[in-house]
Amino acid sequence: MKGEVIFGVIAVLFIASFFYGMAANPDSEFGGADGQAGDVIAEIDSEYTPWTEGTFVDSLKFEPPGGETESLLFALQAAIGAVVLGYFFGYYKGKGQSN
Amino acid sequence: MHIFEGFLPSPWWQLWFVFSIPVIFFGMYRLNKLVSEKRELLPLLAVAGAFIFVLSSLKMPSVTGSSSHPTGTGMAAILFGPAIAAVLSTIVLLYQAIFLAHGGLTTLGANVASMGIIGPVFAYVIYKAGMKANINFYVVVFLATAFADWATYVVTATQLALAFPAEVGGVAASLKAFLLIFATTQVPLAIMEGALTALIFKYVIQVKSDALVELNVITESVLNKIKGANQ
Repeated sequence: MKGEVIFGVIAVLFIASFFYGMAANPDSEFGGADGQAGDVIAEIDSEYTPWTEGTFVDSLKFEPPGGETESLLFALQAAIGAVVLGYFFGYYKGKGQSN
Repeated sequence: MHIFEGFLPSPWWQLWFVFSIPVIFFGMYRLNKLVSEKRELLPLLAVAGAFIFVLSSLKMPSVTGSSSHPTGTGMAAILFGPAIAAVLSTIVLLYQAIFLAHGGLTTLGANVASMGIIGPVFAYVIYKAGMKANINFYVVVFLATAFADWATYVVTATQLALAFPAEVGGVAASLKAFLLIFATTQVPLAIMEGALTALIFKYVIQVKSDALVELNVITESVLNKIKGANQ
């Protein structure tokens, strides 16, 4: 139990820090840090454009048409991982009990 | 930590491939060996990979007003070593680059270097040093994985600073700007990742502790000590 309690306390602190962050940055939409790095690059070198634009590199990839599809694919990624985690922990636990 | 497609000019994107590709190949060799010699550990490998899958898909809000995601690579690094963690990370990063327009194919070398190699190396080294110093197992796991997560983002900031030195102040000024975004945002997330990984390890010990001994992650005597403390 001890481990779960410690994890719970840290999780609560994390959520509290998020609410504090919301209050401290009322206008923020909590966009990705990856995207913000792009803004800094634009500040340093305002003429920089990704050199891959319009090259064959783009044709190798699937571009989600919008936020909905993107969040679907992210959820799918998490779901696949969670299924695998749950399956094997359950498998090992059951195996351990039957021995 | 994803550097977007085309956001690393020459020669940087090539250089990071030169850095990453040998490690990925070495990891594939290690993976092959593991799979053929210790087949019974395959499920644990799947668990470590799945953990990276789940954690790297969670874009979590941070106190700084932006979002970022944990990496999940520390667990694989502790269990199987950094090289295998690099292979698992490459799979996730390829998925995100091809289907999610997240990260990129030309920046894959750089992203594997930060998330798949340098972060896991930190996890591995801290873990081994901590266990040698006889610190509590869960504390060591927490420190190793939290620091690996954080180090990943420091590396990303460094990669960008090297490629985009500021006109005034050069690389150092750019590094400061990128660190301000990545390193600060990541602190609460890194702590969360460390705590979660430590908890997951508690369950691994409960259900499959013999695998940890077989992989030389912990010694028999340390395992008995942990199990004694749990009861």
